[in-house]
Amino acid sequence: MKKSILFTFLAALLASIPAVAKAQIVQIDGSSTVFPVTEAVAEEFQKAKKGKIKVTVGISGTGGGFKKFCRGETDIQDASRPILKSEMADCKKAGVEYIELPVAFDALTVMVNPKNDWASAMTVAELKKVWEPKAQGKITNWNQIRPKWPNAALKLFGAGADSGTFDYFTEAIVGKAKSSRGDFTASEDDNVLVQGISNDRNALGFFGYAYYAENKDKLKAVSIDDGKGRPVAPSEKTVLDGTYQPLSRPIYIYVSRKAAAKPEVKEFVEFYLKNAPKLVKEVKYVPFPDKVYALGADRLKNGKAGTAFGGSAEVGVTIDDLLKREPKL
Amino acid sequence: MNDLEKNTARRKKIDALFAVVGLLATFVGLITLAALILDLAIDGLGRLSPGFFTSFPSRFASQAGILSAWVGTTLVMLVTAFTAVPMGVAAGVYLEEYARKNWLTAMIEINIANLAGVPSIVYGLMALGLFVYQLDLGQSVLTAGLTLALLILPIVIVATRESIRAVPGSIREAAYALGATKWQTVKDHVLPYSTGGILTGVIIALSRAIGETAPLITIGALTFIAFLPESPIKSEFPFVSLDWLMSPFTVMPIQMFNWISRPQRDFHLNAAAAGLTLMVMTLAMNGIAIYLRYRFRKKIKW
Repeated sequence: MKKSILFTFLAALLASIPAVAKAQIVQIDGSSTVFPVTEAVAEEFQKAKKGKIKVTVGISGTGGGFKKFCRGETDIQDASRPILKSEMADCKKAGVEYIELPVAFDALTVMVNPKNDWASAMTVAELKKVWEPKAQGKITNWNQIRPKWPNAALKLFGAGADSGTFDYFTEAIVGKAKSSRGDFTASEDDNVLVQGISNDRNALGFFGYAYYAENKDKLKAVSIDDGKGRPVAPSEKTVLDGTYQPLSRPIYIYVSRKAAAKPEVKEFVEFYLKNAPKLVKEVKYVPFPDKVYALGADRLKNGKAGTAFGGSAEVGVTIDDLLKREPKL
Repeated sequence: MNDLEKNTARRKKIDALFAVVGLLATFVGLITLAALILDLAIDGLGRLSPGFFTSFPSRFASQAGILSAWVGTTLVMLVTAFTAVPMGVAAGVYLEEYARKNWLTAMIEINIANLAGVPSIVYGLMALGLFVYQLDLGQSVLTAGLTLALLILPIVIVATRESIRAVPGSIREAAYALGATKWQTVKDHVLPYSTGGILTGVIIALSRAIGETAPLITIGALTFIAFLPESPIKSEFPFVSLDWLMSPFTVMPIQMFNWISRPQRDFHLNAAAAGLTLMVMTLAMNGIAIYLRYRFRKKIKW
């Protein structure tokens, strides 16, 4: 008797497996830099929808995320740089078309210890001298950068090599993505870098502006001179007016065109673009002017697929560039 | 006489010295653990409130909670336990009671010992290929549970074998003398006597699995989830549902890692509170192990 009850129970259990609930889920993955923005939007969206549409956000990194996105596993991709040629090829092979939407500005910030009283501004050429591959083991003292600076050992900190941040910094400073010296403390966790720089008077490092904004008492931002002879400090204003160059960069989301046909994904992306100005600010990034988001909404509505950057990482993209260029597949 | 006394005194001194060294060695571990808990408690206690356990993650540190994380951890552990325990115990019983001692058994034994030392990320990579892509189980609670089950399987097997070995041979011989088959002997005598030891091993294995992050990140556990898996109990027929097995999920260590890598200090406090919770969960599991061992030992009457 007891056994037959157990059996019925098990049978019922097994019978209930197949109907795999592919409920309305919007799947997002990608950059950890874009994560705070997407998380904020996802949180608000689910509140607004009262849980009827589910949203999941992962952080596989820009590169790792694109791999999944181009296999059609995710609906939306968070990216801290435009899609690259190899990724475009992957997407094409799998028949994934994408709509490129810029969502915010981020500024990479070069940081030193507050007790460092000499390096308050550096030129791009000086940064290149420090970070290019051939500097490895050679440029080890501050006075090798500028003879006036003290004869003190240079301690370098930077983002990990899998991040879009590292890609962008090397592209902007050294001139070639992923081309960098290897003898520096690298970490995917920016708090490790904050700790390292705030504890070492001779430290020099770079990471996203949000981490600097939260740790202003422990760090000093270096003004950047891109060769015009006028060093510019990172701030919301200098990022927006395009003078903080070449280290400000737009961050993006890519929406699969097939997924955008699903009402829940479309609704989510519309919500994203509408609420971005407010939410981007809350997570300490710089929002675009409204017309950039309007352009995004237009691309979504007309299903305008492709990238405006042709698959190469570009440095010094301004708001005008974003507005003028036509996306191509 | 004097020599003998001197010799005794010298040996006693060495004895006392070892006791001190041993005590110090014990304390290194304990003090580290205590310092860790204290540190987490100082940072995290302030954040522990009912709301912390019933809220989803949020961009506001003060509103963020670990609801999806602890539910995810619990469900994954359930799947892990329900797969690893039957398989591990069966394998252990087979190897100890049934298997002939030949080169095949020797090979299996060596491999199990090796498997226990394989880094967990390797299991993650294997699971990504096998469960996620080949068997098409997706990035689900089921995949995660099976992955962790594989990870702890060697530990369960070894624990099972150890406790089966502790059952005296005379018990088996007595059963055979009365005409019992091998299975009857195992079912009615060997297993009941070794249950305490097996359970202890299982729970220690589960306490290892609960803190694992690397293999789950590899199979694609997510970071932000603000909903719970489908409820396993339904109001209409057949009243139970296994949809939760296929649900996307996150777990405690991943939630902690995400918070600790945020720029805002308030999120670091959340991470400490989550760490404290995870530690209490692990300690509670170990407590249950000790209690079960005590209870089952008391029942043994030879």
